[in-house]
Amino acid sequence: MAIDSTPAPLRTSTPANIHDHGRLNRRTPWTILGLSLAAGFGVAAFLGSVGATDGLSLTLALALGTVLYVVMITLISRQIEGTRQATDRFVTAMVTIAFTVAIIPLISLLFTVVTRGAARFDIQFFSESMRNVVGEGGGAAHAIVGTLLMTGTAAIISIPIGLMTAIYLVEYGRGPLARAITFFVDVMTGIPSIVAGLFAFALFALVFGPGVRMGFAGSIALSVLMIPVVVRSCEEMLRIVPNELREAAYALGVPKWLTVLKVVLPTSIAGITTGIMIAIARVIGETAPLLIVAGFTASMNYDMFNDRMQSLPVFVFTSYANQGVDSQAFLDRAWAGALTLILIVMVLNLTARLIARLFAPTLGR
Amino acid sequence: MTATATPPTAAESPRAYQRLGDRVFSKSALIAGSLILVILAAVAIFLVAQSLPALVADPNDFIGRPDSFWAYVWPLVFGTLWSASLALLMALPLAIGIALFISHFAPRRLAQALGYIIDLLAAVPSVVYGLWGIGVLAPAVQPLYTWLTENLGWIPLFAPPASGTGRTILTAAIVLGVMILPVMTAICREVFLQTPVLHEEAALALGATRWEMIRMAVLPFGRPGIVSGAMLGLGRALGETMAVAMVLSPAAVVSFAVLQSRNPSTIAANIALSFPESYGVNVNLLIATGLVLFVITLIVNSIARWVVNRRKDFSGAN
Repeated sequence: MAIDSTPAPLRTSTPANIHDHGRLNRRTPWTILGLSLAAGFGVAAFLGSVGATDGLSLTLALALGTVLYVVMITLISRQIEGTRQATDRFVTAMVTIAFTVAIIPLISLLFTVVTRGAARFDIQFFSESMRNVVGEGGGAAHAIVGTLLMTGTAAIISIPIGLMTAIYLVEYGRGPLARAITFFVDVMTGIPSIVAGLFAFALFALVFGPGVRMGFAGSIALSVLMIPVVVRSCEEMLRIVPNELREAAYALGVPKWLTVLKVVLPTSIAGITTGIMIAIARVIGETAPLLIVAGFTASMNYDMFNDRMQSLPVFVFTSYANQGVDSQAFLDRAWAGALTLILIVMVLNLTARLIARLFAPTLGR
Repeated sequence: MTATATPPTAAESPRAYQRLGDRVFSKSALIAGSLILVILAAVAIFLVAQSLPALVADPNDFIGRPDSFWAYVWPLVFGTLWSASLALLMALPLAIGIALFISHFAPRRLAQALGYIIDLLAAVPSVVYGLWGIGVLAPAVQPLYTWLTENLGWIPLFAPPASGTGRTILTAAIVLGVMILPVMTAICREVFLQTPVLHEEAALALGATRWEMIRMAVLPFGRPGIVSGAMLGLGRALGETMAVAMVLSPAAVVSFAVLQSRNPSTIAANIALSFPESYGVNVNLLIATGLVLFVITLIVNSIARWVVNRRKDFSGAN
């Protein structure tokens, strides 16, 4: 093993001091990692050839290699560098493992969605509905239209309310009302999406009778989920507008409402756009409330106020849950729907971050 | 307008001439703000109004004929709390580890990109997680479950027989854990980054290793952030619907065994699965369970907010 200085003599009663001990060479941990993984693969291959596992188990190999590395680096470091450094090395390894473990589901999920979704990710999927389709073929055009209509309506309702509330909180709000609004916006962020759906159902059932299903009710449920997110992000963006800008406008005799409209909002518009796009991305994937109030259907429906309306997340769920005779066709459509959904959400998120970076105001500090 | 740095409140300043535009604008801002309170009140009122019929109805009208309303709700409440705590138990150490990795271990230039990657996890819609959980995760962990019941079956948690499909409450909890990771990581990371640099440098200057510095300076400073992040994550996990609805194979049981094919369902998942086919008083019954869920999440979130609000700068919504 490569060592910088000579190993310290065996410690008996001297207090632990880092400088009493040697240090591991920079490359040593990597060497140990390589050797451990090789050993892991060796053991897994042996188990595979004996017949304990089916073939070479990649998961087993990596798991064994990682465990071996953690044990080895801690023991070696303990021998050469002392207990304190060994603990540090152990924690570093554990923290890195934690990060890697969290990345695995993301990679697995993206990989699965792309490979399985590609089978039906074609023109037909985007141009046809599921009307009169029992086996192969068909598409999600009705679901995409429904998602756009309902999310669009929810955005039209939520953005003005959310933005004006944020303006109230930042520019006007003082005293108990503003504190109450801040508190209840926090409460609203915690509403489970299914409860928002139940609320919309309870509201519309009272007006239209039990068993009501319509696209507009779905928009109301989505609005309940979207408004607090919009308020939060807009409020944050308005607060970082420097006060000097407002004071300069007042000094020139500009009324307050024009100051807000022409000075504060243009300065923070990039951040506000980002916040709104992220809010849209968050509600566009909501399934549960739409399943309850908008229902599901196989037909195209452009009317927000009549009949059931399909949406993309619900399409994914129902394709999976109610598989027909030709179940593979339904599964393929579900995965293609999932791929579409992920693409929409990713594009929204990335554009939002891009806008935030490109149009960020230069605050002159 | 007066010349002071902060405009005084309307009450104490002399009444200035108010333009029409000013009045319209401030009033509409006020109305929008008040609307939030109205909406929240409406949510509570309508849920209560629609739940009342279920509370007074004859339990024999309910689906499955439970003894009483509470006999119907209890397994669901148990399942909700149990799956959410399992998810929290798995995700919290991981979230702290990831947050530490991003804030203190990863190379500076990589750190922001790594943060984005974790945020991407938050962007994936829950229905896609459900699809992944049932299509990929459940088959992948099933052999492990069988092995666990065969070799560690004497632990009540792993009591046999193992589910043949892998669609157990543990799988659902793993999916939930992955879903709440980003929220918790974001909050922990935020607090860890706010640790006073002088504290960290002082610890390092005294000869502390990186881990000792984190234990002495970063973790004590970040404890409220960790607690509130955990509570917000718990709130998310309690209300999460689709992933559980798709992954779990439910039954009306109260059981701590996590590997069997009969699992307690959660409130949210039960509503999503039963609602489309419900009629009559069963609809009210489901809405009443929704009200119970609302109250539970409200309590959990309020505790989280209370901890957060003692330190203002971070919250789950940003």
